[in-house]
Amino acid sequence: MRGLLGLAGLLVIVEALPRSGLVDDGYLPPTSRIVAALGDEVVTAEFWQAVADTLTAWVIGLAVAVAAGVVVGVAIGAVPVLRAATSSTIEFLRPIPSVALIPLAVLLYGTDLGSTLLLVVYAAFWQVLVQVLYGVADVDPIADETARSFRFGAWARIRHVLWPTALPYVFTGVRLAASVALVLAVTAELVIGAPGLGKMIAVAQTSGAVPDMYALIAVTGLLGVAINLAARAFERRTLAWHQSVRGEVPA
Amino acid sequence: MRKVAYVLGLPVVLFAAWYLISAGSESFYAPPLRDILASFGRTWTLDRLQADVLPSLLRLTAGFLLAAVIGVALGVAIGLGPRLRATVEPVLEFFRAIPPPVLVPVIMLFAGIGNGMKIIVIVFGCVWPVLLNTVEGVRAVDSVQLDTARAYGINGFDRIRRVVLPSASPQIAAGLRQALSIAIILMVISEMFAASNGLGFTIVQFQRSFAIPEMWSGIILLGLLGFGLSLLFRLAEGRALRWYHGLRAASKGR
Repeated sequence: MRGLLGLAGLLVIVEALPRSGLVDDGYLPPTSRIVAALGDEVVTAEFWQAVADTLTAWVIGLAVAVAAGVVVGVAIGAVPVLRAATSSTIEFLRPIPSVALIPLAVLLYGTDLGSTLLLVVYAAFWQVLVQVLYGVADVDPIADETARSFRFGAWARIRHVLWPTALPYVFTGVRLAASVALVLAVTAELVIGAPGLGKMIAVAQTSGAVPDMYALIAVTGLLGVAINLAARAFERRTLAWHQSVRGEVPA
Repeated sequence: MRKVAYVLGLPVVLFAAWYLISAGSESFYAPPLRDILASFGRTWTLDRLQADVLPSLLRLTAGFLLAAVIGVALGVAIGLGPRLRATVEPVLEFFRAIPPPVLVPVIMLFAGIGNGMKIIVIVFGCVWPVLLNTVEGVRAVDSVQLDTARAYGINGFDRIRRVVLPSASPQIAAGLRQALSIAIILMVISEMFAASNGLGFTIVQFQRSFAIPEMWSGIILLGLLGFGLSLLFRLAEGRALRWYHGLRAASKGR
């Protein structure tokens, strides 16, 4: 309830600042004009095409990153030698900023979906991988040894001991990766000019359509909020059996 | 000995593999690593470092520190006032969800394309993780500690400094770590948009002029920078939060 008040306050402030002349309305248009611009945008096919393009890059990139992160993470995590041998490499590669790959992406894929995907997958992969590694490290040694003494094979141990333990971590990784993937998708479109919401923002900027620019930025923010909420709801549903979720008292 | 082998083994193998596989490379986009390394020394001379890397790093530092101060200050204020928090939380979540690079065009409107713009971009992108983590950390302060402090008449600024901030500091550190990687991204992005110097600007210049080995060397430098900064942060965090890590290790070993 109070939250709504806060949001309403933000809208009022954005309306009042340019109207009172405190801020040039060429820089910050009042809420009403941003909303009007948004209204004009949402009836065009280009807008929905751009949203679809951004979400396509997001979905494909996230799916590839999650699949690769889980497979690599479980493989590395399940074999202690591999884990010890790769940790320095992972620690080195992980902090490399994904935007460093922008020039490479441009050369390899131009302004196609491919260059967006390269950045999205690179950035999201590490989020998943690191969480999976944490999850695998969290396996209860007694549970693992019990499974061993019952002669569970390697595959059965992964399936019945390792995976259920790692699952909450995997979901945390997916949630983090989902928002990072959106950021990188929009960034790639903005900087490289791959089709999508980011490119529309860049076009609005160069053509001086300031209200449209604000409207599109608000749309990316709303997408981000929606993705966060969806990821959290999904996590809560799928992990309803898990202690970390079961313990939560519904508000 | 074994440990050293584990730490260095794979990187050496990968590096050697890259070197050998690319040695005879005719591909224009993937030149031999030998050429890249040779151009690394040629490209990143002391002059270049001073003219392009130093301004980038200064902007990064200024933006990151400003964001840290603003984020912690606002975070403490919001975290201590439950009604204020309930009011502004959705707004903050919305701002955090906006991909920070899209703020570059907006901030360009207000601040032009100078140093100010780049620093503001970095501040605006970095402040949210610090702010939201500080709010969470302040919220989680042990209420018995707070009440005890109150009972002893420790009030106002002293209470924040001696009770609230230390207890929230592990969370704040987590926020700062996120902010650091965002800061590097925004440093590069803001320079790719509009700049006359800086690391991001130089790398894009190389790419546009098809100076491929130089571009690769720039990517490597950026990678080293990211790695170095995160190492530096880990060291600083390890020092500042030694008591916390010790506490955790002790309670785990029980």
